[in-house]
Amino acid sequence: MSIKLNALLKSPWVFHLSTGSCNNCDIEVLDCLTPRFDIERFGMLLVGSIKHADVLLVTGSANRKSVVRLKRLYEQIPKPCLVVAIGECALSRGMFIHSYNCPVPLDKIIPVDIYIPGCPPKPEAIIAGVVKLINRVREKAAVKK
Amino acid sequence: MALFVLFFYGFVVTAAIGLVASWIDRKVTARVQYRVGPPFLQPVVDIVKLLGKETLVPAGVSKAVFLLPPVVGLSSVIAVSALLWVNNLNPAESFLGDLIVVVYLLTLPALAIMMGGFASRNPLASVGASREMKLLLSYELPFVLAILVPVIKSGFDIRLGAILSVQADNGVFAGSLSGFLALVVAILCMQAKLGLVPFDIAEAETEIVGGPLIEYSGSGLAVYRLMKNMLLFTLPFFLMILFMGGLRLDGMHLVYGILKYVGLVALATVIRNTNPRVRIDQAVRFFWGRMTLLAFVAVLLALRGY
Repeated sequence: MSIKLNALLKSPWVFHLSTGSCNNCDIEVLDCLTPRFDIERFGMLLVGSIKHADVLLVTGSANRKSVVRLKRLYEQIPKPCLVVAIGECALSRGMFIHSYNCPVPLDKIIPVDIYIPGCPPKPEAIIAGVVKLINRVREKAAVKK
Repeated sequence: MALFVLFFYGFVVTAAIGLVASWIDRKVTARVQYRVGPPFLQPVVDIVKLLGKETLVPAGVSKAVFLLPPVVGLSSVIAVSALLWVNNLNPAESFLGDLIVVVYLLTLPALAIMMGGFASRNPLASVGASREMKLLLSYELPFVLAILVPVIKSGFDIRLGAILSVQADNGVFAGSLSGFLALVVAILCMQAKLGLVPFDIAEAETEIVGGPLIEYSGSGLAVYRLMKNMLLFTLPFFLMILFMGGLRLDGMHLVYGILKYVGLVALATVIRNTNPRVRIDQAVRFFWGRMTLLAFVAVLLALRGY
């Protein structure tokens, strides 16, 4: 595996975007940074600017207002990057599936690398999902070789 | 020989120690917060990762003006650390007025951050850059006054080598009353120069999301990070030379030197973890008021010979 990819997987900085969630998933994401879970062990940092990020964490049902911003942020994130959909709303729009305001699920708008289900998912589930994603990227890179 | 010193001491050694120091900073922060903290190589991995990422230039921005400031900042840090190393290793090689050159070069990283912030065409970056400018104006005055104390104590000599050799003969300046007061002022100015809490007003992650660095990605951000990590070595090293007799490499003195350096870094980390961020007007009042007063007292005491 290349040094570049290895370094990326060892220090994924995450940017956290809510596309109209009820804030439950966002609180669980922030829980991952607390002393009990401490994702800085794996080199992960929560960054404020999309230009510094490697991983885009998306929560919420992607409503009409935020889809524009979501697309713009996805264009601005420096590549290579990964997209993680967190929570039922981001996966399938959850209880808003018949809403006039949420026309398409998230993965029809931008490519999603991993789905973490739950309403909201536990911090353990989020960390387990990210670990699975990292392992999958590693395996893919190994197969390509 | 000069190129070797510039590359080896100015860049390689300084960057290595700076990266270790930034790991110490992050690890101590994590331990203070009852966390585990990042692995040892984390700062290196971060920079390697950033170098491999895409470098984005915002629309409507001059590429040269946007990408030059990080290089200017990094090269000034390399120059100043090479100068400090030369003086520290061989005090006789000092030239007249190198203290002034060091003070001058140490403001360049702040200027580079300002240039980058104003060049990136982002309102938050502009706010951050203007805060950085006010902060620079506020801490420079007490910092220069504090530096005057070792100059007075070494018989009005503005060579770093002379300051070091006077300390080697008569004991460190931090041991005297005026030297100690000046050291306190200089440590707080160092905190502001490093952009650490409570003086991280320019970056203010939670308020203006990274300030001047908001638009930087990839290698531009990597160079800025490396610059900041290297400053984490250069500034404490400068204070050690001025007030604590430098870093001597022979025998037991090496251990004392490392203890002095780690102590300064740990002090900066503890200050950073136990204080909230101040507003820019509070910072200016703090530096122009109390700190300048304290530095003045130190200068007067030094003139009286205390």
